[in-house]
Amino acid sequence: MIRDITIGQYFPGNSVIHRLDPRVKIIATLLFIIEIFIVDNFLGFAVAGLCLGAVIAVSRVPLGYIVRGLKPILIILLFTFALNMFMIDGHILWQWGFLKITAEGLRTAVFMAIRLILLIIGSSMLTLCTRPLSLTDGIERLLSPFKKIGLPAHEIAMMMTIALRFIPTLLEETDKIMKAQQARGADFETGNLIHRAKSLIPILVPLFVSAFRIAQDLAMAMEARCYRGGEHRTRMNEMKFKGRDYAAFALLALFLAVIIVESRIF
Amino acid sequence: MSIRVENLIHIYDKGMPTEQLALDNISFTAEDGQMVGIIGHTGSGKSTLLQHLNGLLKPDSGRIVIGGTDITEPGVSMVQIRKKIGLVFQYPEYQLFEETVAKDVAFGPKNLGLSQEEIDERVREAIELVGLDFETIKDRSPFDLSGGQKRRVAIAGVVAMRPEVLILDEPTAGLDPKAHKDVLAMVEEVHRRTGNITILVSHNMADIARLCDKIIVIDSGKLVTTGTPYEVFSKKDELRAVGLELPPVTKFTESLRERGLQLESTILDIDQAADQIAAYLKRKAK
Ligand SMILES: Nc1ncnc2c1ncn2[C@@H]1O[C@H](COP(=O)(O)OP(=O)(O)OP(=O)(O)O)[C@@H](O)[C@H]1O
Ligand SMILES: [Mg+2]
Repeated sequence: MIRDITIGQYFPGNSVIHRLDPRVKIIATLLFIIEIFIVDNFLGFAVAGLCLGAVIAVSRVPLGYIVRGLKPILIILLFTFALNMFMIDGHILWQWGFLKITAEGLRTAVFMAIRLILLIIGSSMLTLCTRPLSLTDGIERLLSPFKKIGLPAHEIAMMMTIALRFIPTLLEETDKIMKAQQARGADFETGNLIHRAKSLIPILVPLFVSAFRIAQDLAMAMEARCYRGGEHRTRMNEMKFKGRDYAAFALLALFLAVIIVESRIF
Repeated sequence: MSIRVENLIHIYDKGMPTEQLALDNISFTAEDGQMVGIIGHTGSGKSTLLQHLNGLLKPDSGRIVIGGTDITEPGVSMVQIRKKIGLVFQYPEYQLFEETVAKDVAFGPKNLGLSQEEIDERVREAIELVGLDFETIKDRSPFDLSGGQKRRVAIAGVVAMRPEVLILDEPTAGLDPKAHKDVLAMVEEVHRRTGNITILVSHNMADIARLCDKIIVIDSGKLVTTGTPYEVFSKKDELRAVGLELPPVTKFTESLRERGLQLESTILDIDQAADQIAAYLKRKAK
């Protein structure tokens, strides 16, 4: 069902990874993503995959849970795989009519698939191991130097907090509305594209009405409690780097060095 | 038509850290003409149970036989099931979506593939059955109606499908006393007219005691007890243990009994209570 979507979800835990400062995790994830794009050979992926595997093992998030999160993007994955496999010219391995698979195509296809999988698992580790609230706190702190040039760091963070907070609510709401319309005989699974697009109306209209209602209630509740943006707000838990955060930075630097050296040599 | 539920088990999010046993070995039956009440503390699994009855949720094990068909078997036509079983969700007014009331009520019958005349006739009948005036309301936007009116339109949307079993999940939640009474009177009227099975979930014990022929009590997914209102509300301690109260009249006469008035045990309605108290006073005066 629609609730199976795990991308962007938090997996409760108490591992070292969970307890790291959110800023460390955000920076680490960004670097990891950049590196995935720098790497241009399979050995580099092996190193990155190994490090990611170590992080997953330490975080104690079950692998099955993470893999399940890949399901919704399976189609995109297969699509890029097929596109690469059939579209790239080179040494032909197999041909049938106008369809052909080339060695270069196959290599690129596998390469891109690994890159995508690493990318998605790597970035989902960030949200799996970080409470949405500390995630946005971290983003706010990282963005705060840019306040001087007029970037509304607090407002951006608040918007993200609210968005993250309401994803499960809206999913639940969608699930409920879908079931209610199904109970009235609505059919979302069969029929041609136009029919299916039309069958979305009975879901989307109530969903939008709900979303606006929720937004209005929330705005009212915030105003009733005198919310007025980030000025002069203090926080209960001040963020401070601890020993484990410096250790994480050290490991990250090491990882960075290995990847750079590796891509220079090979 | 009869409903037979056997050893129903449902687990949400199986294999996830949030895994939850929502229904644990539930069995019961319901016969034609019966009004069945389901009561239980919030989160006890009532809504989960109802969603199984028209195939929206699939059980992890167990059977649901409705009118001779086991609807848990693969390959059973869902359209056929939903034609027979009408389910009105909790807060059904949030599912209205059409431009006009008449169009919204017509959504269900249209999905059944009926002819236009048949649809029009059913829509008119359903709207009048829920106590609204067809001519004045049919062209209004459902979003401009009051809460109670919206609720009735939503219920009409299911009634118009003429289900053989009508299931209502807390149809009076959040309504004012007048709308509450009206909606229940309407449910009673529909039930009486069709003579079908009606299943009603409610947190209001007085309503359940008054309306239902049979009551099913569930707590954390388990069936606690089942029987007539008289049988169920006699088990005061058992109900209290699962966080449920007696109907106010019953509570009142129970406390009179505790203070030494000789009344019959388990009185479920006000007239009966008045008779008993009057009889007691007369006996005492002699
Ligand atoms: N879609 C779902 N996914 C996961 N868990 C769920 C889902 N729906 C309900 N639950 C859980 O199953 C249990 C039973 O829920 P259910 O909605 O059936 O209770 P209920 O008796 O209808 O409560 P209420 O009186 O509040 O409506 C609850 O603990 C709830 O948290
Ligand atoms: Mg419920």
